[in-house]
Amino acid sequence: MALKMVKGSIDRMFDKNLQDLVRGIRNHKEDEAKYISQCIDEIKQELKQDNIAVKANAVCKLTYLQMLGYDISWAAFNIIEVMSASKFTFKRIGYLAASQCFHEGTDVIMLTTNQIRKDLSSPSQYDTGVALTGLSCFVTPDLARDLANDIMTLMSHTKPYIRKKAVLIMYKVFLKYPESLRPAFPRLKEKLEDPDPGVQSAAVNVICELARRNPKNYLSLAPLFFKLMTSSTNNWVLIKIIKLFGALTPLEPRLGKKLIEPLTNLIHSTSAMSLLYECVNTVIAVLISLSSGMPNHSASIQLCVQKLRILIEDSDQNLKYLGLLAMSKILRTHPKSVQAHKDLVLQCLDDKDESIRLRALDLLYGMVSKKNLMEIVKKLMTHVDKAEGTTYRDELLTKIIDICSQSNYQHITNFEWYISILVELTRLEGTRHGHLIAAQMLDVAIRVKAIRRFAVAQMSALLDSAHLVASSPQRSGICEVLYAAAWICGEFSEHLQEPQQTLEAMLRPKVTTLPGHIQAVYVQNVVKLYAAILQQKEQAADVSAAQEVTQLLVERLPQFVQSADLEVQERASCILQLVKHVQKLQAKDVPVAEEVSALFAGELNPVAPKAQKKVPVPEGLDLDAWINEPLSDSESEDEKPKAMFQDEEQRHAKPRAPEADEQELARRREARRQEQANNPFYIKSSPSPQKRYQDAPGVEHIPVVQIDLSVPLKVPAGMPLSDQYVKLEEERRHRQRLEKDKRKKKKRERERRGTRRHSSLHTESDEDIAPAQRVDIVTEEMPENALPSDEDDKDPNDPYRALDIDLDKPLADSEKLPVQKHRNAETSKSPEKEDVPLMEKKSKKPKKKEKKHKEKEREKKKKVEKGEDLDFWLSTTPPAATPAPEELEVNTTVTVLKTGQEEPRGEEQDADEDREQDLEKKPSKHKKKKHKKDKEERPKDKRKSKKKVPPTDEEAAEPVENGTLDEEPLPPMSSYTLLAENSYIKMTYDVQGSLQKDSQVTVSVVLENQSDSFLKSMELNVLDSLNARLARPEGSSVHDGVPVPFQLPPGISNEAQFVFTIQSIVMAQKLKGTLSFIAKNDEGSTHEKLDFKLHFTCTSYLVTTPCYSDAFAKLLESGDLSMSSIKVDGISMSFHNLLAKICFHHRFSVVERVDSCASMYSRSIQGHHVCLLVKKGEKSVSVDGKCSDPTLLSNLLEEMKETLATC
Amino acid sequence: VPRSRVLNCKTSCLSDFTICLSTATTRISVAPYLCQHLILSYFYIFAHTSEDTQQQIIRETFHLVSKRDENVCNFLEGGLLIGGSDNKLIYRHYATLYFVFCVDSSESELGILDLIQVFVETLDKCFENVCELDLIFHVDKVHNILAEMVMGGMVLETNMNEIVTQIDAQNKLEKSEAGLAGAPARAVSAVKNMNLPEIPRNINIGDISIKVPNLPSFK
Repeated sequence: MALKMVKGSIDRMFDKNLQDLVRGIRNHKEDEAKYISQCIDEIKQELKQDNIAVKANAVCKLTYLQMLGYDISWAAFNIIEVMSASKFTFKRIGYLAASQCFHEGTDVIMLTTNQIRKDLSSPSQYDTGVALTGLSCFVTPDLARDLANDIMTLMSHTKPYIRKKAVLIMYKVFLKYPESLRPAFPRLKEKLEDPDPGVQSAAVNVICELARRNPKNYLSLAPLFFKLMTSSTNNWVLIKIIKLFGALTPLEPRLGKKLIEPLTNLIHSTSAMSLLYECVNTVIAVLISLSSGMPNHSASIQLCVQKLRILIEDSDQNLKYLGLLAMSKILRTHPKSVQAHKDLVLQCLDDKDESIRLRALDLLYGMVSKKNLMEIVKKLMTHVDKAEGTTYRDELLTKIIDICSQSNYQHITNFEWYISILVELTRLEGTRHGHLIAAQMLDVAIRVKAIRRFAVAQMSALLDSAHLVASSPQRSGICEVLYAAAWICGEFSEHLQEPQQTLEAMLRPKVTTLPGHIQAVYVQNVVKLYAAILQQKEQAADVSAAQEVTQLLVERLPQFVQSADLEVQERASCILQLVKHVQKLQAKDVPVAEEVSALFAGELNPVAPKAQKKVPVPEGLDLDAWINEPLSDSESEDEKPKAMFQDEEQRHAKPRAPEADEQELARRREARRQEQANNPFYIKSSPSPQKRYQDAPGVEHIPVVQIDLSVPLKVPAGMPLSDQYVKLEEERRHRQRLEKDKRKKKKRERERRGTRRHSSLHTESDEDIAPAQRVDIVTEEMPENALPSDEDDKDPNDPYRALDIDLDKPLADSEKLPVQKHRNAETSKSPEKEDVPLMEKKSKKPKKKEKKHKEKEREKKKKVEKGEDLDFWLSTTPPAATPAPEELEVNTTVTVLKTGQEEPRGEEQDADEDREQDLEKKPSKHKKKKHKKDKEERPKDKRKSKKKVPPTDEEAAEPVENGTLDEEPLPPMSSYTLLAENSYIKMTYDVQGSLQKDSQVTVSVVLENQSDSFLKSMELNVLDSLNARLARPEGSSVHDGVPVPFQLPPGISNEAQFVFTIQSIVMAQKLKGTLSFIAKNDEGSTHEKLDFKLHFTCTSYLVTTPCYSDAFAKLLESGDLSMSSIKVDGISMSFHNLLAKICFHHRFSVVERVDSCASMYSRSIQGHHVCLLVKKGEKSVSVDGKCSDPTLLSNLLEEMKETLATC
Repeated sequence: VPRSRVLNCKTSCLSDFTICLSTATTRISVAPYLCQHLILSYFYIFAHTSEDTQQQIIRETFHLVSKRDENVCNFLEGGLLIGGSDNKLIYRHYATLYFVFCVDSSESELGILDLIQVFVETLDKCFENVCELDLIFHVDKVHNILAEMVMGGMVLETNMNEIVTQIDAQNKLEKSEAGLAGAPARAVSAVKNMNLPEIPRNINIGDISIKVPNLPSFK
């Protein structure tokens, strides 16, 4: 035997191992792919052998190949084999391979559950360790659910090596199985104070990671973390905690105040740059959170900025980078303190390191002012010219636009300069941001009316210049600019100097090489230009010129008619016909200009992007109400599609507002005009020449176009246009200053002559610089009475949203991690345990609402208590940091409590009073002690109160829902149905499956003694069918009954559970059975029997399983579900209650609910997915179901139909 | 054959924290072509990325990192491939090796630079004066060491002594399992390794001057 082993291993010596493989690949550079495919063939052979060592070697090589980019998922099963080897050496190879190539879609992954569980409980810590490491990479929701409890046990392992890994992996488990967070959290919290620094650091790591996503739930841990921060010396832990505080402070400004001092101390004392940097970062976060309330933190800001300056000036590029990064955070709230370091930032713009330049660019955003904008942009423009590589150049381009356009072009004093900058930017070849420039051009031209004349001149030059059209449109995004140019020239054609020339430029044959959407704009704006020219010519009575233009269009438009782009083609052919018609009219000497211009009458005003959303729904308008009552649902099935179609049509019909009579309308119009006239913020349209003909008399027009003639419209050529503007601007400013000084001097003289009270120092501040043009930035229009709320919808796909779980709420009994048990039946049969819930169940109907209410109150109380602990901790800051307003707040709460004393809230009040005293006198040691005592007493109370209202089974029985449904009170529901009844006894039952055991269901039977007799020796027997069998105690025959493990005194009820084994679950079935018992009373005892029929509905095989909408969508997309649907009429119940009923009785959970439509999910014990789409009509409900088994689905829907029929 | 080896340990992406290392070997004398050779890559990613995407990430990262100058900062802003702006590449360059980690904003930048230092020092201890060929031929061992430091994308242990102790204990366990059968295999492997071309022991961690000034050690 030993010889055979040695011989085997000698053979193996000459197998290729990992080193040989690596060497081989390096020696076959020329035909690497061929060599590797050879190796893979060898590996496949090796995997077929029985020897585990050979297999492990093969898997080890595969892992390497995976790294090189080869798919090895085909070997997943072999990997599992190697994972389950008994030797650690092989096991490790297996787990490594699994961690590299397993993912949620790997189907064999479910085979690993038991193997992993075995390894987790292995006596060797390295087996456990390697399993945890592997699992951390490929944990799936199923694995997380099944193993959560095992991992939680490991968190208290004796070896710190295991503990730290178990703690760390819990984060992955929470992500995949959010239900485990609450049960596991107390233990996780314990680990924060673990004696082993590694475990402690792991716990801090996990909690910080959780808190980063949902900080508000972890606020109550602040005192604990504060303690850790002041006591820990581990820099890793400190950094994590300090980062965590950075996330918490925005939620609780008082925390920030408490933190500032220790953090400043750390900044002064630490020698570790990383720690220093994080401290500065968190101080910044604190300052941001305080920025509104606290005036006197300039010292802290100064300290931060100083320290950051040191970092930025450091020769180490890393520190420079981080310094700039942190600086940009300060910039947001304290721009002034950063602006002082402008020199430094500008210097960094010249750094050779791109990462640093990008950071400096970010900072520039906050550094600009009216004064220096031109100078900074000029500098950036030189960078644009020098920049290599399009990424950085594009970044520069976007930054220039950002800087200039920020807060509604606040810093731009001269828009002509800005337009010329934009035009200069169009010279950039190959930028991706052509559309950005175009958008800016459009925006400025539309919103700054004074600039239109200049803009139009520049744009027509752009249209005329060849380089934009010439550059190949595929390569360069810059031709997007032509889109803006064409539109501006067309729309504001009245400003064009030489419209005919521009028209010809737009009709050149080369234009047809542009992308379709640009050509479309060309075609449309050609007509606008044409209209303008016609008008001009007709006024000048130059008939032949007008006809020439028409002729030009008729000749050139066909090139667009042939375009491959539909939009272009359509517009062109339409316009061509129009122009031909005009030509005919012109031939008859009919004046046409006015009519053609009428095509483009009116002015386009900018509208805010959210305007549509913000139009408030007028009172009395119900968008969901039927306009026409739908036809009654009495159509037969085959007519259904038609009916649905009609529905659709009705939905599209527009709501018809009640017609107001003429007078009323006129009155309203007048009122609005008055209001607008008095409202200085209302932007009135100014009449454009195109529009003049239709202006009704009496419409006020306020001319906005007023050009400051200090800036010439035409600048001498020579240097780039924008530079000339810089120069001109300087001169202009200088002139302005002189004038102002003069004025001031006069004023001063006047003052001197007068009272001589102040003499003002002259500094050139931003406000002193008057803009060159009368800028009227038209604000975007919003509908009247727009709702101001600015809701930013949260991303519903955020994977971390599921972890937004309140951790302060006490654990309910139902919240337990699933534990694998061998036999449920035995444990749950014990009568003591079952007693309580049973009583509850019996009495729950009337009480339910009340209890819920109570519970809520209790929760509220708990929250208040929690909050108070935190409040207390927060309020014990050194008195200097406790501002007056807070004391006020406390006082008011106390008075509220005093006036509302009839409420029995003694203990809370004590605490409050305590706190009050603490605040009034400075916290003395004595007081603190007292408070501590209080605290110690409180938990006991908590426990007591918990006992008083034990969490009931209800909670467990209630459907687990992803979406909350508790908007309105639900009617009481019970899942127990009557089984049989006679004068002695009443039996009700419920069937529950569990996902762990795919062929077993548990039948809970509640037996209620209705007689005066004492019932005992109860025995339940069922006639087994082929498909369903009662699980009987070992050794008993099929005909034996199962004894009920309790006796029933008169008037008492109790619950017994029986396990059934089911083969197929797709059909409902009934089992006949008998309960036999002895009834004993004063007169003697009789043997009694009660027959019953146990009904296993298909529903009873479902298990409420929550499902996320993305998983749900994937499931539906997968396409391997069959579909069926039902429709039930005459439903009067509200949709909410209806859903609750389906959830409760049919064990579904709501995936998503939109108005009167909801998607629901459930899963059978054998793993069939069942998806429902429930839609509510006026008085009907339709349910579309999809399920992996068609029979199961149709049976389920039948059952549901019955339930719904009673609604 | 004169060779210049550029070994780059590099990359990876994960929304949490990622590592991967790769190497590029250029044999200038034989043929002027460049081929990238990966030493080690490791992806701790929530959503599975296909092998193709992984390779693309590695190539891109290599491209970004290898063209950077000596005296620039060790951070690279994340591109789309590595999961957007929240993620950063943090790398260190030792002789011919690049160690690249991809981390999100919950990690301290300087802390990760230290972590890389701990990683390299640990490699040095475990391989007794590590050289690039050690890493090339013993990827599995590098993986095992990494697994003791980073687990599922989160930092597990930063204390070098602790890591080395655990690795030594695992090696002992491995040896005892190999037992009788292991001895001849080791002998053969020793013979095979003699055929290796001269092993240049050219990265001596002791000689490498570390650019980050007195970073505190996280002990």
